[in-house]
Amino acid sequence: MAVVFQKPKSLTDAVLHYCPGCTHGIIHRLVAEVIDELGIEGKTIGVAPVGCSVMAYNYFTVDFVQAAHGRAPAVATGVKRSDPENIVFTYQGDGDLAAIGTAETVHAAARRENITVIFVNNAIYGMTGGQMAPTTLPGQVTQTSPYGRDTASVGFPVKVCEMLQNVDGAAYLERVAVNNVKNIRNAKKAIKKAFQNQIDGKGFSLVEVLSTCPTNWGMSPEKALTWLEDNMIPYYPLGVYKDITAEEEAE
Amino acid sequence: MSDMVLMKGNEAIAEAAIKAGCRHYFGYPITPQTEVAAYMAKRMPKIGGTFLQAESKVAAINMVIGVASTGKRVMTSSSSPGISLKSEGISYLAGCDLPALIVNVQRGGPGLGGIQPSQSDYWQAVKGGSHGDFRNIVLAPASVQEMASLTVKGFELADKYRMVSMILADGTMGQMMEPVSLDLESTYTAEKPWAVTGTKGGRQHNIVNSLFLQPEELEKKVFERYERYALVEKNEVMYEEYLMDDAEISVVAFGITSRVAKNAINVAREKGMKVGLIRPITLWPFPKDVLLKAADKCKAFISVEMNMGQMIEDVELAIKCRKPVYLCSRTGGMIPSPEEVLAKIEEVNEKEA
Repeated sequence: MAVVFQKPKSLTDAVLHYCPGCTHGIIHRLVAEVIDELGIEGKTIGVAPVGCSVMAYNYFTVDFVQAAHGRAPAVATGVKRSDPENIVFTYQGDGDLAAIGTAETVHAAARRENITVIFVNNAIYGMTGGQMAPTTLPGQVTQTSPYGRDTASVGFPVKVCEMLQNVDGAAYLERVAVNNVKNIRNAKKAIKKAFQNQIDGKGFSLVEVLSTCPTNWGMSPEKALTWLEDNMIPYYPLGVYKDITAEEEAE
Repeated sequence: MSDMVLMKGNEAIAEAAIKAGCRHYFGYPITPQTEVAAYMAKRMPKIGGTFLQAESKVAAINMVIGVASTGKRVMTSSSSPGISLKSEGISYLAGCDLPALIVNVQRGGPGLGGIQPSQSDYWQAVKGGSHGDFRNIVLAPASVQEMASLTVKGFELADKYRMVSMILADGTMGQMMEPVSLDLESTYTAEKPWAVTGTKGGRQHNIVNSLFLQPEELEKKVFERYERYALVEKNEVMYEEYLMDDAEISVVAFGITSRVAKNAINVAREKGMKVGLIRPITLWPFPKDVLLKAADKCKAFISVEMNMGQMIEDVELAIKCRKPVYLCSRTGGMIPSPEEVLAKIEEVNEKEA
């Protein structure tokens, strides 16, 4: 009998610790499928963040380093510089990448560091129980913005792709979402490109994945997907923000 | 005798690191250690190595963590305020059992402090200096030659015990020029089966990690680490004794102050006072046994430091407070003069007569 669906080789048999309905599982799977399809499992090294995906090292069959909060791009820089033949990716949440690790993110991009960054944006701190994130939407209620994010007092969300678009070193920036099948398929395409870019030596490639957090948003998984579509996508438009290969081809 | 070259201490560290097989350096400018970075910037591209000026001291230490995770020799250097910024990474290096060399060319503090030499990061260096239960090996050079030789030694010890070796120098050691032999090599290599190098499809994945959510598991990891630390304390203590055979007063000093103290001791000897010097070369592990033995025959100890009295506590602990310990110190970037140390020796000699 032909196998038509199976677990990617690059995922371990460990049971995911993520909450029911959380989209980290989908994103892990997409990354693993891409690693399988590119045949790079044996030379890929992941860097895990602090946040919900801190234990990503348990779920992938590839070598892994667990970094301090926000420092994954710096750790990945060291791993990559040690052996540029290896394929190095970070997997980071919004608090990790866009708050405490902003400097590491911007400067890894500025150096055109040849790494792949998977940036999971769910507009909240999940691991610590639902606090305001750098990407929490205006008016959004969290544990530390109980009356809704008040931009007059705490300022505005950080739009990472738009910000990095102006960094000359960034090679590829795309924002995708995993709220429906079509978007999931696009997300995989983007992730694959971000890895292929590294293989081709193109440099810093980041895919921002809009993701849900039903537990801390206080919604059912299904409602969370709708909320993402209705609230996050309008604020964080999907699409390619930078692609030096497309620019080269256009020239 | 091998060829001697005239070099700054900071440059000697950099060249010695290269001789020790270090091909990755990550740094950030800060006085008075910037020559290490400048030297690496010149040399590394010529030998296929990596020099990278990071966006911050924090990023630099995390790049060090990245290379250390792959099993290669790697270093960073900074000065006091920069070491504070790196302290998060130093804790992670300890928690991940990663070897690395970190150089602190100390300046006066706290805060931004000053840029003149100091030893006021002694506590920070020898007591771990960051969160969690851990130790660093701390090496205190007292000459440009030792800046070089202890750099090589530091890499070897780091590899051997899977921990951080810190060179605790100061602005004087970093900036002064002395003849140095760079006829150095590292013969020690450690197997690193734990390194993340890519599974190559041939083994289970390696994970470099400091997170252990089960307290039983974390406690076990810390216990294992302390078994290694016990071996370091047993095997790796280094010190120098100077005129200690008949000494009744023992001066204890490390780094640049040990040289000042030697001058003072020579004059004191001429004046008939029986004074010697114990110079810890490893500040951790601290030469406790030699100090305790000295306490049997010495009347008193004098700790000479460039801080408000930090090592003095370790001296008191080492000799179990059996004899009085006096402090002779300057701080804020001031260096005690031989005359000041001599005056303290004379004072103590009279008091303890």
